[in-house]
Amino acid sequence: MINRYEVYETNQMIEQENLDVRTITLGISLLDCIDSDLERLNEKIYKKITTVARDLVSTGEAIEKEFGIPIVNKRISITPVSLIGGSACRCSEDYVTVAKTLDAAAGNVGVNFIGGYSALVSKYMTKSDEDLIRSIPEALASTERVCSSVNVGSTRTGINMDAVRLCGEIVKATAEATKENDSLGCAKLVVFCNAPDDNPFMAGAFLGVTEGDAVINVGVSGPGVVKHAIEKMRGRNFEKLCETIKKTAFKVTRVGQLVAGEASKRLGIPFGIVDLSLAPTPSVGDSVAEILEEIGLERVGAPGTTAALAMLNDQVKKGGVMASSYVGGLSGAFIPVSEDQGMIDAVKLGALTLEKLEAMTCVCSVGLDMIAVPGKTSAATISGIIADEMAIGMVNQKTTAVRLIPVIGKDVGDTAQFGGLLGYAPIIPVNEFDCSKFVNRQGRIPAPIHSFKN
Amino acid sequence: MKKCVITVVGKDRVGIIAKTCMYLAEANINILDISQTIVDGYFNMMAIVDVTNTDKEIQDVAKELEELGRTIGVSIHCQREEIFEKMHRL
Repeated sequence: MINRYEVYETNQMIEQENLDVRTITLGISLLDCIDSDLERLNEKIYKKITTVARDLVSTGEAIEKEFGIPIVNKRISITPVSLIGGSACRCSEDYVTVAKTLDAAAGNVGVNFIGGYSALVSKYMTKSDEDLIRSIPEALASTERVCSSVNVGSTRTGINMDAVRLCGEIVKATAEATKENDSLGCAKLVVFCNAPDDNPFMAGAFLGVTEGDAVINVGVSGPGVVKHAIEKMRGRNFEKLCETIKKTAFKVTRVGQLVAGEASKRLGIPFGIVDLSLAPTPSVGDSVAEILEEIGLERVGAPGTTAALAMLNDQVKKGGVMASSYVGGLSGAFIPVSEDQGMIDAVKLGALTLEKLEAMTCVCSVGLDMIAVPGKTSAATISGIIADEMAIGMVNQKTTAVRLIPVIGKDVGDTAQFGGLLGYAPIIPVNEFDCSKFVNRQGRIPAPIHSFKN
Repeated sequence: MKKCVITVVGKDRVGIIAKTCMYLAEANINILDISQTIVDGYFNMMAIVDVTNTDKEIQDVAKELEELGRTIGVSIHCQREEIFEKMHRL
């Protein structure tokens, strides 16, 4: 029988420590919408999304109220659009019409983001892939809810440096196209290495073709819960600290498993995975940086940060994997700068640099995320940063990503304001030495030797 | 059997259990287990109830109990028991 202490602990986590289900993401395949006529393609896409996702928001709200657990976002991920539009879309402008359809469909069903305006180009780009990628600045500037991603590298295929070079330009162009809003468009664009098919978190969510027709993927979050739990472990040894993180991660992930199962049952859509990532928000007490500081660092970015993060990431996985029947997505600690008050403070104090963030991406899940850089940063430099992050992912056989925001008109010392869950960010300095001769070389970096596993 | 956990917390006064149980009885919700303490004038109650036979939706029960709590001057939560089961049992 459940006892009073357990009920109290759960409700404390929810009310005081920001325990929540960060997202229920309904993945919808658009493969059956493929058509050679652009108008028919858009009609089919709109119809499929608004039909399949019709009850998503109301179901999420019902589960929220019955279990007393906040479900912060209900979102949709779709098949990468470059796989859907290859026939009907003859140019970038055609692709923009699809983005607008996605935006309208998302608005109709009441979700706040729809991810999958994406291309998978880790080896080569087709003309259609390139058309989509080149359409991204316009697509993100003229829609509200659409999120975009490009996968430019993988452990198996190497790094498509032509795509990396193009993406540097596209990030810059997206920044320009949305400069009235502190280049907010870039907050909806992710460049990936080893992108997973089942990530429920935005902006990099898309539904890989391996995922079936529709699927429910859930992302939980509880940085506040983990931080609170380890406060009792001050001064204790690593064994006790790790056990506490692990057990807490178990409890947090179990909430995601429960909600995923309920959503799947009520919507009649198969359950995919729980992504057990520790995902912060700008709210007070919901910070991954604060966990690292509680572990024993004066400020995130100090020596020891990479080790502490590696340990945290590993324990979260160990606890979470036991709690769920299927774990997937990114499943690790997130370090988005603008979405974590502790990270913001550390950057402002000069404790956390871009170089340290890059080191941290070697040992946790997301990559260089929600980082505001000077608007004058060149496309080549952005490509260089992307290339670095792709190399880390490729060699270490993990997912890495870049979601960088060059804020047009702002420089180090300024702050970019994105609003809502996207938060705000101080502009971080970027190494200004030039890499264009490297970035301008044509072709691909080959797959690393250890990708040959057979 | 579908079960919920109802928690009531607030300043003690006459009638808290009576009013809560009246609501449950009218909604055809059976009380399986109930425990209550008062510490420093603060009332703290937990009840495990059977919601299998109520005609109401659970989310409506949760909302109505929340409103009832407001009128009495206490905070009432009603949650499906699975959330506690899943978090605290292997």
